[in-house]
Amino acid sequence: MPSLLAPRQPAIGVTIAPLPPITPTLPVAERETVLRMHGVSCWYGSFRAVKDVSIDIGAREVTALIGPSGCGKTTLLRTLNRMNDLIPSYRTDGHIQFGGQDLYGPGVDPVAVRRRIGMVFQKPNPFPKSIYDNVAFGPRINGFKGNLDELVEQSLRRAALWNEVKDKLKQHGMALSGGQQQRLCIARTIAVEPEVILMDEPCSALDPRSTLQIEELMAELKRDYTIVIVTHNMQQAARASDRTVFLTMGEDRAGYVVEVDDTVKIFTNPRERLTEDYISGRFG
Amino acid sequence: MSTASPPAVGARPRFEPQIARRKLAGTSFLGACMAAIGLLLLALVLLLYDVITKGLPYIDLDFITGTPSRRPEQAGILPALVGSIEIGLMVGAISFPLGVAAAIYLEEYAANTLFNRILRTNISNLAGVPSIVYGIFGLALFARALQLGRSPIAAALTLALLIMPVVIIATMEALRSVPDSQREGAYALGATRWQMVRRSILPAAAPGIMTGIILAMARAIGEAAPIIVVGAASFVTFLPTPFQEGFTVLPIQVYQWASRPQDAFHGIAAAAILVLLVLMLLLNGLAIIVRARLSRHLQW
Repeated sequence: MPSLLAPRQPAIGVTIAPLPPITPTLPVAERETVLRMHGVSCWYGSFRAVKDVSIDIGAREVTALIGPSGCGKTTLLRTLNRMNDLIPSYRTDGHIQFGGQDLYGPGVDPVAVRRRIGMVFQKPNPFPKSIYDNVAFGPRINGFKGNLDELVEQSLRRAALWNEVKDKLKQHGMALSGGQQQRLCIARTIAVEPEVILMDEPCSALDPRSTLQIEELMAELKRDYTIVIVTHNMQQAARASDRTVFLTMGEDRAGYVVEVDDTVKIFTNPRERLTEDYISGRFG
Repeated sequence: MSTASPPAVGARPRFEPQIARRKLAGTSFLGACMAAIGLLLLALVLLLYDVITKGLPYIDLDFITGTPSRRPEQAGILPALVGSIEIGLMVGAISFPLGVAAAIYLEEYAANTLFNRILRTNISNLAGVPSIVYGIFGLALFARALQLGRSPIAAALTLALLIMPVVIIATMEALRSVPDSQREGAYALGATRWQMVRRSILPAAAPGIMTGIILAMARAIGEAAPIIVVGAASFVTFLPTPFQEGFTVLPIQVYQWASRPQDAFHGIAAAAILVLLVLMLLLNGLAIIVRARLSRHLQW
């Protein structure tokens, strides 16, 4: 198979290495949609950061949000688990359907939403507690009634961290390396059994080896979880995602979606000139 | 004015590093800093020397376990020492829950409204109110209106009020030093605001909060003026209990003895100062240990 993901024109400063095989993605009609955004705009006071986004996030897929800095990728991501509710001036327009329910509808409690739609942040942010207590934090606050030891082990295993920490569960989470800390944060997120995991540039603070580990982990996790990832790293989007959403900014500095498609398509044969320029490194 | 025009590139070197001069400036500044430290150390050493040479001969077990007496060689400080420790503990027990709760509200719950901004500014201002004013307030409210009388509890309530701004500000600083990524991490797992504060932010801020409270307690123990106003007695030969009238504390005992004309009383005043200093040292040491233990692994 020829390298599907090589850009049509040689990229400037971006060399896309031979890629691991990617699971073939299903045609759109057969996809199960987990999150459906319709006409979503994000406002900070009177400033519109994201304009009129209508996209579907497929179940058990990795969807990558790419685009130049300031185009609203992170804002859009944080809108999906109502994290932006914490910012007093913030407001969302439009509709986001999650499991057939309006995410911003009346009576929807953001606290309940955030357990079902978890989040991994740019900088690893373990709590100043032991490794065990970090993973047990979510189950404990959410009234978990089962065997906590088992859940902690299972979560650490799924985050590919168990073998490295099984003998030092009582050690402090902050004593781990950056890559291990990020996998601890993923384990912590998995432990509350969410349906969707949002990742906001999860590898930007990590070295290449840890980055690869996280990407392998994502490939593993998407069997059970829907993953939405914001990344600045083109290779990462190409390697690790099934679908890619390309956003950019308009004249009014509001971010909008230029193109959504299968990652293979976006990186080999994009519809839009803007997309092609961006992924080949000509702007952004 | 010809020198004002910029020189042509390459006409002469564009940098004049003058490294020797820059280093001299650095050395001079270092010298000034060391002079300041030296001056302060000198004052401290003179003070300590004076207190130790005068007071040390009077310190023995009888002095620590004895009660005040008209004869200085028989006088002891036990009632004052017990009063100080007792009131110090009560001050901590009162100011810890109130101050921490107020700080949590202001830092984690209160919206950024004009009213709350004014409230915050005024708490900082309260830290600058003279302690004697707190004493007058304590006399009116606790001793008279609440009829607690001239008791240790009235004094403790007064001192708790006095150090409350310091406790609140220290706690707010400690809460603010916890990065928002910790708050978001807890929220992202489905925590409510209280769960976030209780299980994520408070443990992370604990070292700063504990240090602030212990240091504030040390300050309360060193206060004399407000306690005199509330009604500490000058001559107490029994051990004070919280709700009974009649008590004294170390700074007041020092003040009493130091104002006597006889030299021997000046000696036991110095000895009492030494006891107070040791008490302070213990508290400050405790603050350092607590801080080191609780923040061993904290790194943001």
